[in-house]
Amino acid sequence: MINSITSFNKGTYKQPNIFGYFGNFGGAYIPEMLHRNVEELATRYIDIMYEEFFQKDYHALLKDYVGRPSPLYFATRLSEKYKTKIYLKREDLNHTGAHKINNAIGQVLLALRLGKKRIIAETGAGQHGVATATVCALKGVECVVYMGVKDIERQAPNVARMKMLGAKVVPATSGSQTLKDATNEAIRDWINNPNDTHYVIGSVVGPHPYPDMVARFQSVISEEMRWQLKEHTGNELPSKIIACVGGGSNAAGAFYHFLDDLSVELIAVEAAGLGVHSGHSAATTQLGKPGILHGSKSLVMQTDDGQIIEPHSISAGLDYPGIGPMHAHLFESGRAKFLSAKDDEALQAAFELTKLEGIIPALESAHALAALKQIHFKPNDITVLCLSGRGDKDLNTYMKVMNVNAE
Amino acid sequence: MNRLETLFKTKDQEIINVYCTAGFPELESTLPVMRSLQQSGADIIELGMPYSDPLADGPVIQSSGSTALRNGMTIAKLFEQLRDFRKEIAIPVILMGYMNPVLQFGFEKFCKTAAAIGVDGLILPDLPEREFETEYRAIIQKHGLDFIFLVTPETSEERVRKLDKLSTGFLYAVSSSSITGKDKDFKAVEKYLQRLQNLKLKNPVLVGFGIKDRQTFQSASKYANGAIIGTAYIQAIESSKNIEATTKLFLESVLK
Ligand SMILES: Cc1ncc(COP(=O)(O)O)c(C=O)c1O
Repeated sequence: MINSITSFNKGTYKQPNIFGYFGNFGGAYIPEMLHRNVEELATRYIDIMYEEFFQKDYHALLKDYVGRPSPLYFATRLSEKYKTKIYLKREDLNHTGAHKINNAIGQVLLALRLGKKRIIAETGAGQHGVATATVCALKGVECVVYMGVKDIERQAPNVARMKMLGAKVVPATSGSQTLKDATNEAIRDWINNPNDTHYVIGSVVGPHPYPDMVARFQSVISEEMRWQLKEHTGNELPSKIIACVGGGSNAAGAFYHFLDDLSVELIAVEAAGLGVHSGHSAATTQLGKPGILHGSKSLVMQTDDGQIIEPHSISAGLDYPGIGPMHAHLFESGRAKFLSAKDDEALQAAFELTKLEGIIPALESAHALAALKQIHFKPNDITVLCLSGRGDKDLNTYMKVMNVNAE
Repeated sequence: MNRLETLFKTKDQEIINVYCTAGFPELESTLPVMRSLQQSGADIIELGMPYSDPLADGPVIQSSGSTALRNGMTIAKLFEQLRDFRKEIAIPVILMGYMNPVLQFGFEKFCKTAAAIGVDGLILPDLPEREFETEYRAIIQKHGLDFIFLVTPETSEERVRKLDKLSTGFLYAVSSSSITGKDKDFKAVEKYLQRLQNLKLKNPVLVGFGIKDRQTFQSASKYANGAIIGTAYIQAIESSKNIEATTKLFLESVLK
C-alpha cells in the first residue's frame, strides 16, 4: 500500500516500519524538546500527503511552477563515449536548478496544513535553502535558513538568491561550519520555537518520519522515469540507475519506484574528497560505522570515541558525515552498490559533460557522472543518471579550474 | 538504597544539582571541580560527557564541550579520572551525554564501568523511550543505574506520567521547550511546574534550563524539589583562576 507505512518488523527497501526503521537503521533519536513536533509529523504526514486536495496542490505546483515532468534526455555523445545508452534525468531543469524543490514544495504545503507560520531549513550547497526560500516567497511565509560559514563563502550566488527571495540566512559558526553544523543550528531553532515553526529538512536524513517523507516527495523522479523510459525504449525498467549521495534525497527519489525491481542495478556515488583514505573525504559507507546523527541511526563518519568527523568534499551538497537510513539499509543489504568519486574526478566529469552535451552540471551531480568511468557497461545496457542539479552555483569553482588550465 | 534515593529521603526541598562538563576548563579539572562542588554544598553533580554535536545544549555548554574535546577528553579518559572518586566524593553523581559516543564505547561496557566506579545514574536525552524499553533498560537496570527522562511544557500529561514511570532517581523538568541557557519568563515556568506538582508524580522533580541565580532557583524550588544549574556555572568557571573559590562564591550566591 502506497499511502501507509508498513507494519513489517524490519521495514522494506522502500518503506520503514512504524517506528521508522529501514532494517537496522532509522528511528527517532531526539531529545524530548522535539518530541511533540516530530510526533505530530509522524502521525499526520501520510494522511495529509495523500489527501486529494493536497495531491492536487502539490502536483499542480510541480507541473506549472517547477516545470515537471523533467525531461529524460538521451545523451548521444556521452553514450558514444561510454559505448552504451545513457539517459539523463534532467532535475537540473527544475525551477531553482535542482531536485530539492520537489521536497521543499511538499514540506511547505504540509507545514501550512499543520498550521505552521514559520519555516526553517538547513542548507549545504544552498540549493535546498534556495528551494525553500522560493516556496516561502510563493506562499508568503517567513523563512530562516541556516548555512555553515564555510558554505556561505563557497556558494555566494545562492546566498544572494536566498536573500533576494526574502529569507534570513543565519551563519552556522560551530564545529566544521558546514552542512552538519547548519543542521544542528536548525534543530536548535526548532527546539526554541516549538509551536509555530516547521523544519524543512533537505534530504532523507533526520528522525522518522523525515527520511520516509522526503523520499516520498522525491519519488516523483522515478515515477516519471518509468513512463518516460517506456516511451523512449518500450521498457519501463532500465539496467542501471546512477545518482550521487550526500544525505541521499535525489538518489532516494531516482531509486524509489525501482527498489523492488531487483533486475535494476542501483548505483550510489559518494564524495571521496581528496581520496577515501586521505582524511579529507565524505565517503560515508566506506568510512562510517553505525551510529546516531541528527536523530536517526545510520552509518556515520566518526572517531573511535564516537565524535562526528568533519568531512570534506569540493561539493558543499555532499559534504556530510552521514547518509539517510534508507541508504544505510540499501548498502548493508547489498541492494544498492556504493561507489565514490574524488574532487578532481568530479571536476573532470563536469567538464566532460559540458563539452559533450552542452550541459553544465552541479558539482554534486558531477560525482555521479565521474562514476561512469568505474562502471562496466554493455552496449545495450540502458542507464539513467540522475542529473540532480545545474552548475550555475559552482561557476566560481569551475572558473578556478579553467584559470589553472590556462596558465 | 542508592545515593539518589537516600538524598531525596533526607532532603526534598531546594536540592541543587550542578552540571559541569568533564575535562573543562582543563583536561584534569574534572575531579577538582567535583570536589569544589561537594565542598560548596551541591547536592548532586551532573557530569557532562562532551560530544561534537550536542543537539539539546545551548552555545555555552556546546563550547565547553568543544574545549573539553580539544583538551583530549574521551569516555575512556573520564572513567580513568573517576576510577577512585568515591574515596572523596560522597554525593550522587550522574553522567549526562549523547547516545553516539556511548554506543561506540559499548553500551553494556559503559554501564558496567560507570556502576563499578560509583556513578549513580544516566541522562541520555537522545535515547527515546521506545528503544529504552525494548533494548537498553534491562542493561541499565542490571548494573543498578538510575535513568532520568526529561519532560517539557509541551509534553502531554499522559506522556509525563509514562516518562515518570520509566524514570528512576528523579524526573528532569525542562523549564521551557528550549535549549539550555536562554532567559525565561518565570511566571509561565511556575505555572507549568504547578501543573507537574498537581500530577503527584512518583519521582522527585528537578527543574533545569534557565536557572542561573538565587531568584530563578527559588522560583523553581517553590513547585519542585530543586533545580539544575549548568550554563551559569560553566560561565563562572570558564575563566576562573581558582575553581574552588569561584565555585564557593557561585553556590553561595545561589543558595544564600
Ligand atoms: C544538485 C544537488 N545534488 C545533490 C545534492 C545532495 O543531496 P542529496 O544527496 O540529498 O540528493 C545536493 C545538495 O545540496 C544538490 O544541491
